[in-house]
Amino acid sequence: MKKIAKPVKNPYFAGSILGVVLFSAYALTHSGLGASGAISRIHVALTKLLWQSHVDVISTFAVMGAGDTNPLDHASVFLLIGTFAGGMISAWFNGRLKVEILKGPQISNVQRLIFALLGGLIMGYGARFARGCTSGQALSGGAVLSLGSWAFMFSVFTGGYAVAYFVRRLWAGSN
Amino acid sequence: MLPIDVIAVLGKFGGYAVFVLIGIGFGVSLELAGFGDSRRLAAQFYLKDMTVLKTMFTGIVVAALLIFLSAAFGILDFAQISVTQTFLWPGIIGGLIMGVGFIVGGYCPGTSLVSVASLKIDGLFFLIGTILGAGFFGESLPAFEDFWNSSFTDRYLVSDWLGWSIGATLFAVTLMALVMFYGAEKVEEFFRTKGTGKVWSWKITRRSYLYGAAALVFTASLVWLIGQPDPVRKWNLMENRYSAQLSSRDVFIHPLEYVKTYNEASIKLVTLDIRSENEFKNFHLTGSENVKPENFLDPKFVAPLSHLPSQGVVILIADNDSVSVQAWKYLKVQGVNNVYILENGLNDWNKLFEGKTISGKSFNVASPPSEVLGLFPKDVFTPKIKISNKKRSGGLCS
Repeated sequence: MKKIAKPVKNPYFAGSILGVVLFSAYALTHSGLGASGAISRIHVALTKLLWQSHVDVISTFAVMGAGDTNPLDHASVFLLIGTFAGGMISAWFNGRLKVEILKGPQISNVQRLIFALLGGLIMGYGARFARGCTSGQALSGGAVLSLGSWAFMFSVFTGGYAVAYFVRRLWAGSN
Repeated sequence: MLPIDVIAVLGKFGGYAVFVLIGIGFGVSLELAGFGDSRRLAAQFYLKDMTVLKTMFTGIVVAALLIFLSAAFGILDFAQISVTQTFLWPGIIGGLIMGVGFIVGGYCPGTSLVSVASLKIDGLFFLIGTILGAGFFGESLPAFEDFWNSSFTDRYLVSDWLGWSIGATLFAVTLMALVMFYGAEKVEEFFRTKGTGKVWSWKITRRSYLYGAAALVFTASLVWLIGQPDPVRKWNLMENRYSAQLSSRDVFIHPLEYVKTYNEASIKLVTLDIRSENEFKNFHLTGSENVKPENFLDPKFVAPLSHLPSQGVVILIADNDSVSVQAWKYLKVQGVNNVYILENGLNDWNKLFEGKTISGKSFNVASPPSEVLGLFPKDVFTPKIKISNKKRSGGLCS
């Protein structure tokens, strides 16, 4: 069955849904949304399989998975599972569930994957540095008017705009 | 009364199920906005497609208005909401790093999940990178751990920083978002290249945009107008949540339990003495602080108490119950955990220890050592203090 990708929803509409979801997260669980914490937990779980003693030594890993603690036994991991499922459901209904590599037309597939991995590395590092990602810090913290989250949000945009010019070949002509 | 603690109400299994449901909502809204596509996300930084900014700020404003509107009506207790802690400079530096990762890789952690869920290979590579990056961070942290833990303020809101009310701040944020949306539309119009296929499945007219904007401004003004409830109004709204603890006298502790707590090294004890200055000068417990009843309505006074570490305990001392109970109520509604009242204040204090000696020596009744407990039968008091170490910070990011 071949589905034709439907156009994406109006950003203000999608944003309003996002806002309602974020509110229900706060109302039902005390805390907002997030992704990077759970990603970190996956990392700790993988490291634990191979090298338990190392997890016990590194402070940020130990918090999640020292000794018998199961790093995946945490609400954020279930939020991540849901996010994944939600993304898949929506992509299916909107005809966007398709194996492909999304990139600018001026770079090769291999280049794109290398830069995706590199970008992910930088992002994963930065997200731990800032104690949260775009969803956890900027979105959730922003909605409860946390000062640090607002400062963080503007610095993410600053970082992106500052470097965008130098990597323009990655994305040029794609939009 | 919100917020609910789903894990406490439904148990771990049910609670986690709710988290999955919320996650589904999150994933769907990101995917609907087109955030599974790195090109759309990257276009934000070339000013061609401002979807990221529009969606994100709409989400923030809508959620903020819902949160503070329900707090204004007393449906939700904002003091119980976990606010991400502020580590200002690590946050700013981390944010800059993430901005670079964003434009190089084309995703952020949440959107890369959605991308992988819609089977995008570049999203998968990005996600693998994120997992590894989190690891590298942990490995390298010892080199700059002091910096990483610097410039820390627990629960520091934009409104605290500006010195404005929450309502006024929220109103300003709403206006700012609307101005940004207008600017974003104009910028897009200017930078858009041909054939971007800007057709949304929801055709929205100019008029409905204006209605939408008006609804946001109206709600923000309403939140500002009603104002966030002060402790007095909050108690009226939340009375049935806490009054059982008072009527069952679960929060009144025996003097000997005070002695026990006072001598426990692991507990961070804050003793607040609400008696008059003269009485305090006459006799007070070592380490206690003389405060006035009106202090409990002062946010500046209460803030440090609600930021106590999880093993923090606040104990109130007054001449009569009505004063201490009033203070207890005000602290409780302002989100201070582990607040207790010394039963009958200091009225019986001296009488209780009269003539008691430890191995023949008298001791300072203002700071009785733990050996004193041995002079009384074990069942002379029922321990009431239960340390609730609910951590209301960090949220899901840690």
